[in-house]
Amino acid sequence: MSLLDAVNITKRFAGITALDAVSMQVESGESVGLIGPNGAGKTTFFNCLLGMLRPDAGSVTFDERDLTRAPVYRRARAGIGRTFQRIELFAGMSVRDHLLVAERCRLGTGRFWKDILNLAAPSGDEKARVLATLELLRLDDVADAPIESLSLGRGRLVEVGRALMTEPKLLLLDEPSSGLDASETAALADTLRAVQSERGTAVLLVEHDVEFVRTFARRLYVLDFGTLIATGATAAVLGSAEVRKAYLGETV
Amino acid sequence: MTDFITYVIQGIPFGCVFALVAVGLVLTYKTSGVFNLAFGAQAFVAASLYYVLHVRHGWPTLLAFALVVLVISPLLGLLLDVLIFRHLRTASPIAKLVSSLGLLVAVPEIVTILVLGESSTFGVVGIWWNDNALYRFSDYVIDGKEMAIIVSTLLVVLLLGLLFRFAPIGLRMRAVVESPRMTELAGVNADRVSAFSWMLSSLLAGLAGVLLAPLYASLAPQNFTTLLIAAIAAAAFARLTSIPMALVGGLLLGIIQALLSGYLPPASVIAQSVKPTLPFAALFLLLLFWPGLRSAIQNKDPLSGVDPPPDPSVAVTRGRFLTNATRVSGVVVGTGVLLWLLTAATTYWIGIATTAVVLSIVFLSITVITGMAGQVSLCQATFAGVGAFSTAQIVKVLGLSVLPTLLLGAAVAAVVGALLAVPMLRLGGIFLSLGTLAFAVMFDTLLAPLGWVSGGAHPVSVPRPIGFVDDRPFLILCVVVLAIVSVFVIFIRRGTTGRYLTALRGSETAARSIGINPTRIRILAFAVSAGIAGLGGGILAVQKGVAVKEDFGYFYGLFFVVLVVTLMPSTVEGAINAGVGFALVPEVLKLVGVSSSWQFVLFGLGAITYARHPEGVLEFQKGKSLAAIQKRLPARLRGPVPGPTPVPTGGAD
Repeated sequence: MSLLDAVNITKRFAGITALDAVSMQVESGESVGLIGPNGAGKTTFFNCLLGMLRPDAGSVTFDERDLTRAPVYRRARAGIGRTFQRIELFAGMSVRDHLLVAERCRLGTGRFWKDILNLAAPSGDEKARVLATLELLRLDDVADAPIESLSLGRGRLVEVGRALMTEPKLLLLDEPSSGLDASETAALADTLRAVQSERGTAVLLVEHDVEFVRTFARRLYVLDFGTLIATGATAAVLGSAEVRKAYLGETV
Repeated sequence: MTDFITYVIQGIPFGCVFALVAVGLVLTYKTSGVFNLAFGAQAFVAASLYYVLHVRHGWPTLLAFALVVLVISPLLGLLLDVLIFRHLRTASPIAKLVSSLGLLVAVPEIVTILVLGESSTFGVVGIWWNDNALYRFSDYVIDGKEMAIIVSTLLVVLLLGLLFRFAPIGLRMRAVVESPRMTELAGVNADRVSAFSWMLSSLLAGLAGVLLAPLYASLAPQNFTTLLIAAIAAAAFARLTSIPMALVGGLLLGIIQALLSGYLPPASVIAQSVKPTLPFAALFLLLLFWPGLRSAIQNKDPLSGVDPPPDPSVAVTRGRFLTNATRVSGVVVGTGVLLWLLTAATTYWIGIATTAVVLSIVFLSITVITGMAGQVSLCQATFAGVGAFSTAQIVKVLGLSVLPTLLLGAAVAAVVGALLAVPMLRLGGIFLSLGTLAFAVMFDTLLAPLGWVSGGAHPVSVPRPIGFVDDRPFLILCVVVLAIVSVFVIFIRRGTTGRYLTALRGSETAARSIGINPTRIRILAFAVSAGIAGLGGGILAVQKGVAVKEDFGYFYGLFFVVLVVTLMPSTVEGAINAGVGFALVPEVLKLVGVSSSWQFVLFGLGAITYARHPEGVLEFQKGKSLAAIQKRLPARLRGPVPGPTPVPTGGAD
């Protein structure tokens, strides 16, 4: 059984079919890409997987649990982490606190009575794990800086780190390279590969940057107007005529 | 059947009253993005000026009407736009709501002091050529005042419909609400459009004020405020967008009210409390169950990300030397005042100090719900009332001793808060504020008069706990409770709950994506906040020796929020400042020799600054003076320099 098994996800917005029976499987530890032109339904698909949108039909099974009707936070606790296309950070928090909140949430040990007795300070173990992730993402030099002072590229890394603290089995990355320059994108790809080899996290990547996709993803799904038009090994899919026509705008 | 028709006809004039105000609310919301609670205050301004000119100075009806409604009211709207709302266009809906709330508190007081004065305001006259002329419709008779309202309401709806359908300005007004920056990029002068919007809606408020005033025996701001809140139900029925639907909503409300009072036995308790409660209950239910209402306010300026983030709080940027200096001087002053109170002060000043301390406890509840959870609840005074009534009733009925009962009272308030939070949290934003306001008014009209709640006509007395009967020991008790609650709040903010709430404020989408359950954590915040308010309310009742429902009316709920938000909503220090301010400002005003009503003006106008300084004016001033002081300090004593250039964070996905 696959780690993620999304079957026939269909979503309509006021008569427009944004997703038409899209199915997708992701295995543990795999890197998969989801590509398609703007408006193809990639982010809508992400939102359906994570419960931010309710699909009109279809089912989501993750880690052998049916999550079709589960709220967002429960899917997150089941092991789906994500980053956002338009960056979503916690204003007024330091970088370290971003990770600490996620760590505390994963442990689920934040009891109210502990707050009242002032026992909620982060434990040595929590601090160490946060520091390890900060070092992995090379964010340790800005650990205590306010989040507002970070560049967009490092802000994206904080999002990745925050998602990683929840120890996801599957990490959904929504256009992680948008707004980054070439060297930042390359660094991000390196970091993601490091994370994957170290933690065995499966990654599902939505991306426009074809180079990034080519080097990172082993397998691809291609969406166009809400339907899957191709799927298979990265090189084969990127080479197929139909995909080049729909996505890369080439006439064959 | 003829009864039925009679009641329906009877309901139409009242329905038009609701409709006229609701149309005004919808118009303002549509054209300025502000849910304008100050609409009632604007109407009161016009009604008062018209009264003074026409009744006191004997101006002819037409002249007074033209000057007040067609000239002064639009000018007032222009003034509000230029001075206040123009600068808030990109602020959050909740910030705009708080600003209009400040006006609602301040403006009627200014008018009462400057225009109406102390003399009586009876004998309000309408604009119809003969107020008492009678118009017959089968069995039912409508008088001139009512005829004027019906005709004007229908005319207004017709004209506005034409304006929005056929005039280009209608489209531009909607564009400015959607995104003022985008509209300016498209070459439209957003300032001019919004000035027109405000003048138009203010003209409507003036018209409503002049028309509605004669329905009451005398001119009183409370009538206008209550009417305004009732009319929100009709505006909610129209989903805040459709002017014709606001008319329908208002008519329905008026007719249902007339039917209820027609068919229910007139002397029964139900009839007496149900009829005034109906609009608020309707608002409450509409907010919860009317589809499409919530999506009405969830539009977001696509260019909102260009705003810089707020400055970090003073406590963060302040150097260690200054922090310690502030703490030491705070302790010294506090101890000094306390020593004076415990030895030399008169009973009068001890009473004032106790009030300050007790209200600080109530205000800490606002620190939790608004400062930490980011929700503006307008029923904190009601929670305090729940605490006070439960404490008083439990002591009286079960004969428990007072101190443990205070905790029970707080627990009852916490449970009420949690139960209210469950439906309210589905709403969020300004609808949560309106829902809590509806709850507060419902409690006032429906529950508070009942014998088992407040004792009805004979308020329930509560003794002071044994050993704390005298004023000085009681003050010490209150200070101890305040200290405990303050520490409690600080621990919560530092703890997991506080971090989760900060995360939710920063980005709810992202907070959910890491596994935070927003509903659970916010219900907890609501319960804690209601519990703290209930504890404070209970102590207030014990201080006075009796739990009186007038101390916990909905208007206090509004005023409390205005007060705390004006000063500093996010810190314990802010709540204590607000408590001291609430008790001390009337005394200071008395010393200076002006009416204590000026406190409403002072704090009401202060709340307008909320949108520009969401951290509170005190915090803002502290920030400024801190910068000045740090400049003069030697370098080694200065704090860290605030962070460099920002990137946008958070917001909806």
